[in-house]
Amino acid sequence: MTPLALLGRLGAATLGLLAALGRLSTFVVSTFSHMLRPPFYGREVLNALLQVGWLSLPVVGLTAIFTGGALALQIYAGGARFNAEAVVPQIVAIGMVRELGPVLVGLMIAARVTSSIAAEIATMKVTEQIDALVTLSTHPMKYLVAPRVLAGLLTVPALVGIGDIIGIMGGYTVATQNLGFNPATYLVNTVNFLEIHDVISSLVKGAVFGVIATTLGCYYGMNSGRGAQGVGRATKSSVETAAVLILAANFVLTGVFFSL
Amino acid sequence: MTDMTKPAMIEMKSVHKAFGANQVLRGVDLSIARGSSMVIIGGSGTGKSVMLKSVLGLITQDSGQILVDGKDAGKGHSSRDRDAFLARFGMLFQGAALFDSLPVWQNVAFRLLRGSLKRPKEEAREIAIEKLRRVGLKADVADRLPAELSGGMQKRVGLARAIAAEPEIIFFDEPTTGLDPIMSGVINDLIREIVVEMGATAMTITHDMSSVRAIADNVAMLHGGKIRWTGPVGDMDASGDPYVEQFISGSAEGPIEAVR
Repeated sequence: MTPLALLGRLGAATLGLLAALGRLSTFVVSTFSHMLRPPFYGREVLNALLQVGWLSLPVVGLTAIFTGGALALQIYAGGARFNAEAVVPQIVAIGMVRELGPVLVGLMIAARVTSSIAAEIATMKVTEQIDALVTLSTHPMKYLVAPRVLAGLLTVPALVGIGDIIGIMGGYTVATQNLGFNPATYLVNTVNFLEIHDVISSLVKGAVFGVIATTLGCYYGMNSGRGAQGVGRATKSSVETAAVLILAANFVLTGVFFSL
Repeated sequence: MTDMTKPAMIEMKSVHKAFGANQVLRGVDLSIARGSSMVIIGGSGTGKSVMLKSVLGLITQDSGQILVDGKDAGKGHSSRDRDAFLARFGMLFQGAALFDSLPVWQNVAFRLLRGSLKRPKEEAREIAIEKLRRVGLKADVADRLPAELSGGMQKRVGLARAIAAEPEIIFFDEPTTGLDPIMSGVINDLIREIVVEMGATAMTITHDMSSVRAIADNVAMLHGGKIRWTGPVGDMDASGDPYVEQFISGSAEGPIEAVR
């Protein structure tokens, strides 16, 4: 390959990436503008809150409790190498609240919610239900997209908060049952060590991840190709992209919150 | 051409549309008189659906003009104008495009439950049941989900939804595709009756000749991205146009390529 052809390919790839970013940004702006302007579809919002938030609770709880428990075991074993077993409560708290809580909840939401939103909207597109909405004077961005993204923005921080608490409880259970920690001391250490800043960072991350997960599900669904293959591809791409963007956003947000 | 004594409800002037390198419409000129029933025939993939969707603004034409009731269909719409514009239309989609998350009556009354035509739920339900009855369905289907209905029943529900808000213009996209001959006949007769009793302007696309004879006042044949022939349905058999003749007879021999 000649250097010029290589340069051309690089240019085409860059332009493609920028164009995709542009389309996604336009989509996000349009979503929030529809969220703020009437008419509002209350039933759709309630339904989305239920689907995104309430029904995600079991999977979030299970993820958090096992992660918190494993974290306690690891920190105890690792800490023992330099006689620092006593830091389990503090490290579990900070690890869950700052990082693992938001990231794992975000990824579970990407797996559970992004995929189902993408598949549902893509199927609606393929079966002309989106066109039917338009002919019935209902804007798909307002009726389908805005309620789901709003639900992500509102419920995922709550899910993260609950995940944080359940994760700490998982660590507490393992530490007090198996590792011989005193329950009262464990709780006091946890509460005294955590700062409000840690909790706020956790919830903000949750809100951002919630918006990423729901928006990408909607975006890929609305831009789905034809047929069963189109739906499959939209679903796969939505989850992939949402997961990667959640991890990337987590890195950026951690930098913003803790190194500035 | 069409009846010149009545003003045109829909007028397409030199409409062009391409998807990438694929030039689908190459200058479509067509006029549909108010209160008349126009049927567009043509092979699969000749752009009949594109024509229909461009009148609704679901697809924007590359060049040319589309006038609905003398006003430009695509230009300068605020969302309220667009709402009012779309409120004049009803459309029956090829696969019925019913919303599968909503029960039948809420599908039929979709437009009456939200937006500018919103009315009390009880009243909307009554209208829905009345429209269901009009298309030959009993009130007990009202609370079922679309997935529980046969293809013919789904088409009827789609038809009831299209006429629920008493539109002035109704579009039928391949109304008999996927139905057995008897059910096709029933749907054709229903369409004809409803269009006549509502006094609506109708535009139907189909490749089913029995639909053409049952529904049409006027026929237009789309071929090669242009209107090849148009005239009253009675003149169709004596059109003298080899393309129309081949289409009516369904022969593999003739000017239309059998492999497309």
